[in-house]
Amino acid sequence: MANMINLTINNIPVSVEEGSTILEAARKLSIRIPTLCNHDDLCVAGNCRVCVVEQIGNRTLQAACATPVRENMQILTNSMMVMQARKTIIELLLSEHNADCTKCYKNGNCELQDLSNEYRTGNQIYIDLVPSKHYTIDQSSPSLIKDDSKCIRCQRCVRTCSELQAVSALSAAYKGAGMKISSFYDRPMHEVVCTNCGQCINRCPTGALTERNYIDEVWNAIYDPTKHVVVQTAPAVRVALGEELGYDPGARVTGKLVTALRRLGFDSVLDTDFTADLTIMEEGTELLTRLKKVLVDKDTSAALPMFTSCSPGWIKFIEHTFPELLPHLSTCKSPQQMFGALAKTYYAQKKGINPKDIVSVSIMPCTAKKFEATRPEMRDSGFQDVDYVLTTRELAIMIKQAGIEFMKLDDEDYDRFMGESSGAGVIFGATGGVMEAALRTAYEIVTGREVPFGNLNITPVRGMEGIKEAEVKIENVKPEWSFLEGVTLKVAIAHGLANAKRLMTAIRDGKVQYHFVEIMACPGGCLGGGGQPIPTNLEIRKKRAEAIYAEDENLPIRKSHENPEVLQIYQEFLGEPLSHTSHELLHTHYVPRKRY
Amino acid sequence: METKKLTRVDYIFRPDNTCMDTLKKSLQRDRDEIVLELIDSGLKGRGGAGFLTGLKWKLAKEAPGDIKYVICNADEGEPGTFKDREILDRVPRRVFTGMALCGYVIGAKEGFLYLRAEYKFLAPKLKTIMAEMNEEFKKLGLDFTLNIRYGSGAYVCGEETALIDSMEGRRGEPRNKPPFPVTEGYLNKPTVVNNVETFVNCSIIMAIGAEEYKRFGTDSSRGFKLFSVSGDCSKEGIYELELGMLLSDFVEEFGDGDTKAVQVGGASGFCVPRKKFNQTIIGFEGIPTGGSMKIFNSSRSMYHVLHNYLEFFEEESCGQCTPCRVGCQQLLKGIEAVKSKKRPPSYLDELVKLAKVMKVAAKCGLGQSVGNAFVSIVDNFREEIVY
Repeated sequence: MANMINLTINNIPVSVEEGSTILEAARKLSIRIPTLCNHDDLCVAGNCRVCVVEQIGNRTLQAACATPVRENMQILTNSMMVMQARKTIIELLLSEHNADCTKCYKNGNCELQDLSNEYRTGNQIYIDLVPSKHYTIDQSSPSLIKDDSKCIRCQRCVRTCSELQAVSALSAAYKGAGMKISSFYDRPMHEVVCTNCGQCINRCPTGALTERNYIDEVWNAIYDPTKHVVVQTAPAVRVALGEELGYDPGARVTGKLVTALRRLGFDSVLDTDFTADLTIMEEGTELLTRLKKVLVDKDTSAALPMFTSCSPGWIKFIEHTFPELLPHLSTCKSPQQMFGALAKTYYAQKKGINPKDIVSVSIMPCTAKKFEATRPEMRDSGFQDVDYVLTTRELAIMIKQAGIEFMKLDDEDYDRFMGESSGAGVIFGATGGVMEAALRTAYEIVTGREVPFGNLNITPVRGMEGIKEAEVKIENVKPEWSFLEGVTLKVAIAHGLANAKRLMTAIRDGKVQYHFVEIMACPGGCLGGGGQPIPTNLEIRKKRAEAIYAEDENLPIRKSHENPEVLQIYQEFLGEPLSHTSHELLHTHYVPRKRY
Repeated sequence: METKKLTRVDYIFRPDNTCMDTLKKSLQRDRDEIVLELIDSGLKGRGGAGFLTGLKWKLAKEAPGDIKYVICNADEGEPGTFKDREILDRVPRRVFTGMALCGYVIGAKEGFLYLRAEYKFLAPKLKTIMAEMNEEFKKLGLDFTLNIRYGSGAYVCGEETALIDSMEGRRGEPRNKPPFPVTEGYLNKPTVVNNVETFVNCSIIMAIGAEEYKRFGTDSSRGFKLFSVSGDCSKEGIYELELGMLLSDFVEEFGDGDTKAVQVGGASGFCVPRKKFNQTIIGFEGIPTGGSMKIFNSSRSMYHVLHNYLEFFEEESCGQCTPCRVGCQQLLKGIEAVKSKKRPPSYLDELVKLAKVMKVAAKCGLGQSVGNAFVSIVDNFREEIVY
């Protein structure tokens, strides 16, 4: 039992665990103390000073987010001294900030704007420092825009990039008036180790870090009568989009999502889940092939453990940080890119449309997918396989622009084909989901039986723990898989690149042994992706995860190899997993990159 | 209020060749006894903040942990201060003896001299002496090793937690306190960070005893201290003086006969105008100083003095916290605007309010003390800022 500390806040007694901060104690009393640099996912910074409170008997104010409670503390959160200081601090921030809110992409979703509203900072006392600052806007990245004129130096992005992602593409640079958030040698974002994961965007309180949006480009494609615009939706979008459009976190809005996309004018509304299922067929077969090479053929060129390759943030991370481990990556493209390659080949053929007239749009929980779509390897259809990638947030903006009352929409179903999905495809959106989907299929291929977990739910690979491990013993196999008889398949899952780095280091140093490893760049997997609704925190991510697993449970088909459209495409077009056509369209290669 | 006459003393720069004897004697003593003697001596940190040194050592001694550290803050960066450089040049053994003593008391096996980048020219000599002393510690059976680390030129790294960050190889930014370094300092281990002159005073107290030491200074400001005297003065330089004198006596001794103001404590200190010289005690009961005493005569424009300080702070703020980073810019731009009539004189009142907010809301001592110079100059020389 933890030690309890007694204190008063605004003369109200409260008792909290030792080690709690004043901010946490205040929350317990439902007293809101404004914050900017503080974020539930990150370590304490205490640098914006917006949360200062008065401690009776102390000469200086205390940052509520950074100050631990002590016995008999008397805290005032709204004294005259506090209110004056807080308002001054907000005004100071505004004096350094390009406060042209109506022209800002984050207008209406900005924590600084909210505070300035609350404190009615209309009559600007201080001198506008912006003209003397020569701020730069970095638009070099296909995924994100970094506008220093909106930055309040709270360093949430810096902490996100180092603590959660172990990337450190962003850090504080220079000092005093010149202090700013910058990259290695102030290089443009597309030249540094940035993985485009967008986690910094999710935590930026202002418009300093935003996704590079392609809303106008997509509208133009929709309005162009010569274009056939197909849209695919990633699994994690359907459990988060609602948050932007009036629902609480955890709402499943799949049917309304489809209806809305149709009303926006997309010619065909299809599902990335379909290619998620296809990924399982390809990747599962690839894993079994590698296992055979290693266990039977003693072929040392086949690298185990095999790593998943669906997360483009993860791909760029490993290319920069562990290039020596690239042979371990599955050669499978991500579901988005498989979809893109098929849209302009298989789909085009079936529909009788010239692929040059197809515009392929994807709705993703992800900003790294924007970068991925522009990779030179991703043109196997003869065209850029995916033309535009929109985040969940951008789609919400389009829905609002179109005047669609989202909550009142009826549910509709995806178009066919490439619109059918299994539950296994859906759970790609959560950390551990690819692993679970792969096990459901691989185990059944090898043994002819379902995975030995209740109702197909492989719970050890689920949940928000940073690194997860699981084992599945393979027994009574089919004759053609006899080399796997009695083998205990060992798997690991990591989400968030800091966890990925820990796991990769252990693997590289030979400290752990696995057969198959799933990595997702973002905390919680795609459901916590850099393109998802803001704000994010563990609570919200858990709600989205619950929704994903509920979606899975409610689908009639829950195994990728039972998706009828997947079976059909192998019959009509691909032949079999890892076939020549598969290799041409669905697989890729990677490039080692330097860290500096 | 008790005051002392301006009295020169000579303890700090006495030849330091007997230091090892002092250390040897002290190592026979009980650690708690040493702490008590230091507390009894009333010695307060000589960097400027004035925390009771004996108490700091006591807290570090009592902090749980097998590994502890001693750090000597030689990042002497306060404008107008140049006494630590002289100490390190002339009596480094007295500094290192104080560090070793601290190591013995708190149970630290390593001590670091954090030397400001501009003093690197001292390093070869200091390293030689450190090596000699490390050998002598061994002979005395003291498990303590001296080492050197360098600053990179940031003023803020004189703040102890920023200094520690810098030593750990990170960007030097002040940390949130608590925890204080005495419980979580260098590499998150209990750490004593003291100023160069503080360690020297510890050595002296061990040599002469607290009783003798207490004869100097006042109740609130025990002992003597080095003053770096500069500006419009008759004899600039470094002087060792008893604490507790009146500023009027100081000006009498060092001024050029036309002194208008004295900046006590450097850029982060206070500006005292002529009319307050005879009410101002130099010490913790009046205006404390890390040593910097800048004298201005009537030919000086206090606007330029203030402008100069603000330019310094605008550049030397680490930039992490809002009140300091933006506040410094606003104060600087603000007085420029008033001077050039772009803002009315009443804007100075807004700036004073801002300076007072910085004083209570900034994260570290740097940001909290910018207001000192600002408010004291604007209060006393308002017409020079406006016209």
